[in-house]
Amino acid sequence: MGDIAGIVLKRLGLGLITLLVISIIIFGAVEFLPGDLAQAVLGQGATEENLAAFRKQLGLDRAAPIRYFEWLGNAVTGDFGNSLVSQKPVSEAIGERFGNTLFLALYAACIAVPIAIFLGVLVALYRNSVFDRVANVMTLTSISSPEFFLGYILILFISVKWEMFPAIAKIDDGMTLMEKLNRTFLPALTMVLVVVAHMMRMTRASIINLLASPYVEMARLKGVPAWKVIVKHTLPNAWAPVINVIAMNLAYLITGVVLVEVVFVYPGIGQMLVDSVSKRDFPVVQACCLIFAATFILLNLAADVGSILTNPRLRHPK
Amino acid sequence: MNYFIIGFYALLIGGSSLAAYYQKRTAFILLFSLTLVSFVMGIVGGEAMLWTVTIGAGLIAFSAGVSYSFREFLVVILPPNGAKAMRTAPLTAGFGLFVIFTYAIAGIFAPIIAPFGEAEVISSAFAPADENMLLGADQLGRDMFSRIIYGARNTVGLALLATILAFVMGATAGLYAATKGGKLDQLLGRIVDVIMSIPSLIFSLLLLSIFGTNTVTLIIVIAIIYAPRVFRLARSVGGNVVVMDYIEAAKLRGEGTWYLIRKEILPNSTAPLIAEFGLEFCFVFLLVAGLSFLGLGIQPPTADWGSMVRENATLISFGEITPLIPAGAIALLTVAVNFVVDWMLYRSSGLKE
Amino acid sequence: MSQDKSVLLNIKNLIIEGYSDEKWVGIVHGVDLTLHRGEVMGLIGESGAGKSTIGLAAMGFTKDGCRIGEGSSIEFDGMELTTTPESDLQSLRGARIAYVAQSAAASFNPAHKLIDQHTEAPIQYRIKKRLESQEDAMELYERLRLPNPKEIGFRYPHQVSGGQLQRAMTAMAMACRPDLIIFDEPTTALDVTTQIEVLSAIRDIVDQFDTAALYITHDLAVVAQMADVIKVLLKGNEVEEADTRTMLENPQDDYTKSLWAVRDFKRDQKPRPSDDTALVTVKNVDASYGDTPVLHDVSFDIYRGMTVAVVGESGSGKSTVARCITGLLPPTKGEILFQGEALPPDYRDRTKDQLRQAQMIYQMADTALNPKVKICDIIGRPAQFYSGLHGPALKNRVDELLDLIELDPSKYYNRYPPELSGGQKQRIGIARSLAAEPTFIICDEVTSALDQLVAEGILRLLDKLQNELDLSYMFITHDLATVRSIADEVVVMQYGKVVEQGPKDEMFTPPHHEYTDLLLSSVPEMDPDWLTTLLDERGTDSTD
Repeated sequence: MGDIAGIVLKRLGLGLITLLVISIIIFGAVEFLPGDLAQAVLGQGATEENLAAFRKQLGLDRAAPIRYFEWLGNAVTGDFGNSLVSQKPVSEAIGERFGNTLFLALYAACIAVPIAIFLGVLVALYRNSVFDRVANVMTLTSISSPEFFLGYILILFISVKWEMFPAIAKIDDGMTLMEKLNRTFLPALTMVLVVVAHMMRMTRASIINLLASPYVEMARLKGVPAWKVIVKHTLPNAWAPVINVIAMNLAYLITGVVLVEVVFVYPGIGQMLVDSVSKRDFPVVQACCLIFAATFILLNLAADVGSILTNPRLRHPK
Repeated sequence: MNYFIIGFYALLIGGSSLAAYYQKRTAFILLFSLTLVSFVMGIVGGEAMLWTVTIGAGLIAFSAGVSYSFREFLVVILPPNGAKAMRTAPLTAGFGLFVIFTYAIAGIFAPIIAPFGEAEVISSAFAPADENMLLGADQLGRDMFSRIIYGARNTVGLALLATILAFVMGATAGLYAATKGGKLDQLLGRIVDVIMSIPSLIFSLLLLSIFGTNTVTLIIVIAIIYAPRVFRLARSVGGNVVVMDYIEAAKLRGEGTWYLIRKEILPNSTAPLIAEFGLEFCFVFLLVAGLSFLGLGIQPPTADWGSMVRENATLISFGEITPLIPAGAIALLTVAVNFVVDWMLYRSSGLKE
Repeated sequence: MSQDKSVLLNIKNLIIEGYSDEKWVGIVHGVDLTLHRGEVMGLIGESGAGKSTIGLAAMGFTKDGCRIGEGSSIEFDGMELTTTPESDLQSLRGARIAYVAQSAAASFNPAHKLIDQHTEAPIQYRIKKRLESQEDAMELYERLRLPNPKEIGFRYPHQVSGGQLQRAMTAMAMACRPDLIIFDEPTTALDVTTQIEVLSAIRDIVDQFDTAALYITHDLAVVAQMADVIKVLLKGNEVEEADTRTMLENPQDDYTKSLWAVRDFKRDQKPRPSDDTALVTVKNVDASYGDTPVLHDVSFDIYRGMTVAVVGESGSGKSTVARCITGLLPPTKGEILFQGEALPPDYRDRTKDQLRQAQMIYQMADTALNPKVKICDIIGRPAQFYSGLHGPALKNRVDELLDLIELDPSKYYNRYPPELSGGQKQRIGIARSLAAEPTFIICDEVTSALDQLVAEGILRLLDKLQNELDLSYMFITHDLATVRSIADEVVVMQYGKVVEQGPKDEMFTPPHHEYTDLLLSSVPEMDPDWLTTLLDERGTDSTD
């Protein structure tokens, strides 16, 4: 097992390095601002004294690498500095909103993952049938639609015309879970529609790939019953691709949430990012980007580690 | 029970029976499942729902008809090679080509087709449709229809430019890395890995917040974000070609890298690269639309589908479908391109065997 | 041995169609086949002949996207398989008809131990209990001469070598003692020396249990050892069928004759030219891929106008030597001399003239010619590149080269490689190398992908060109027939070392180095008694 631990460690190390490089990009990007941060925030009309004072306040008078390490050190402990607009600590605002975003993503994932895997396996088993072709057209349509298109359609019909669920997904801590689930049903459903389509296609492709492998054909030629071919010969090898599909789509959920949050005015981190971008509130933008990127990388990492751990060739070394 | 409902079910059941009698398995399954679905929907939603089903089925039948005739049209006008490929194309591909064709016409001839200018205020805000304005007015009183036509030029044009730029950068670098191999290949691969591990929407928001949102920056930023995806594909396609003996023969002849890429590798990579171009366009187009929807893409008063959705979004709560039209236009084009790409991928995978 | 010789498998008018481009296309067009109990029938033909498809159809199975056409009948032991429901077919498979696939490495499930996969069918059909079946597996492993028969089954597929896996798969096919086994190219992926072990193991076990078999292969010499009856297929049609000896001695059809044609081309061995330095010298070359060393102290000379054959199995390093000479893989030690002068180790550092002097012809003409480039450009490019020819001069040169390789310029000038046959493509490859006006050509397995007659044509052409243009060849091959016909000197390689080298006539007369002996004797010959004789000579007990 030493072998496999080594591979996993190596992969984790690589993930950490990627994260570091990305933090440099996120931090460094702001350095590319025309003029500098102070100039960008205060605008062209600012006097020299004002600029100098502001620079001092932000610590811009020191060298970039020093500020980077400071920023990174603080970020690791959850301190992202103060918002330029509200002057309050960024972490305070983000903390709650990130929770909301995770809640929404998790909500969508709980509905989407089982449905998508089930349907994906089903279309793979009945590939090239009418069912498969209809599913193909429908999933293609769904992944081709922008999230806001699906979102507004749902609002128009389910919320405005039939008045089944609320269009505005405002939630706060005082609500019960049921109330929250009810309020966030439409945004969750929007994401489910997109993610299910993506996942179904990916699951279908990887299952078909597996079913076409010579050992599955061999099992069929050995007279193994169809259900046993699936359970004994396909499933043990299907973990890696399925884990991959799930992780990639969770990652998509976390980032695709931005547009959905804006459509449904949901108090998540995505909407906050969009607001801060238009207000040019850089500490908040940096913090949001870092959180999104870290989540994305972590999920990809989890997928890789998952497929390493379930690979029989690696589990039973020579 | 009125005549509509009776006629509706009679038609469906009669159709299914006919299909079953003539052993048309596919048609039977489709019709009969539609019947069953209608039962459920009819009970839940009443007659209105059945009307929706009828209109939906009518729309699908209509687009199938259009796709069929467009495909036959292409078979007739294309040279023998293309005609042969078209003859076996599925209806979805015909539909996709038809939509792309229509959008191209609308985009190219926008000033001629559109009755008003894209920034021209001609009526009061949110004025309803009349004989002048096919789709009514937007939040400033500009003609919705004209703006949608102009959007075909602006939104699609921008996405197309960005895709082309991303494609040229990514494909060139990818094929170059595949041909050269070694340290440079690894270095480029690493850079690409890093860029691709930042979600594209987030990355573009970061970059746009810094460099501002004008059209040129938008195109460059999007191209930079999407070039790595093209790079990966071009690298792997090129990688499959580079191992061929004819490349070795050309290398041993002393040919330069450019000759190898242009004359030996490129002609053997066109099919997957074209399909990738289509896919890439879809991604870029959706990103552009998303950014515009967030107010960070194409800036007013330029007509653009994404921002049109946002600007008219309030109408939704009054049960108006106006904001859905530009959003639908985005979805329709993406679906169309995806249909065509799907067919091309199917063809190229089928030809390999 | 049972005396029951009743008909076991009776296929009538078998039609199989595949779905492509939205319509059904025939793959097998009405083949009849009758197999008796205990009989081994060899199905041979080139790729696309439909032999594997027929093999699978004998189990009532078609690949995805294929179907058995109207009017076909497959009768197994009195049971009509085309009308049998899938559930009954399934209980037939594994139990009464078993299958051995070409690639054992891919056909064993990586997630389970060998023995668990072995016992799956017997337990499924309640023929044996798990323990019984495991013991039976061990016994079969022993009969098939697998090392550690008691333990090998408890390993995972990737922990066992290719030749052993192929035998384990044969054991698995035997698990339920079926009446019929379909062998689908079971030794194609193996080396000649490993192939012998697997062939003899398969033959013994089929003999012992008196199992009937369909043995599918494209290798005539192999089928001659294994089959009682041979059926030749071409593009989904039967060409002819006869018992093995009759078929070998007296083939009827022209196509079969061309397959069987013994190559009669043999050239006398030329002596080294005296008082001349070698054209190419490989001097004490070591080479490695990354950290894996592949060549150890390899040295040999190639003289002007002569042919040196480098023989060895896969992994012997014979192709790596070629890569060192061409400069694709710079040696880690030693050097390559051309007319006594050291060449830069990396091809990128060589001059245009040095590159021009040494040319290469490849095994797979399919991958050696760019499918998207016209013949005239393929051949014309080296002439243009090295000699600066263009316009009418270039066209004349291309015509001249096409004449030289005996292809009609007016017919082939504007064609693309995929429109050509295998032999024609190989000729284009030769023309491309000649266009550079080289003195030395490396021929990498140039005839191994071709039919006997076509291969002989290529060898004759190469010999003619050698005489006309005073060329030197280095032939990389594992085919001893090629060596016999065209080589002047032979270099035998194993594990990256030169085991033995010398003039051809000397190399084909004993005594040899031990490995040369093994290699020479392991290459199957078209004589049905070859394997038996060989095993007797080697002292392996072939009848158990």
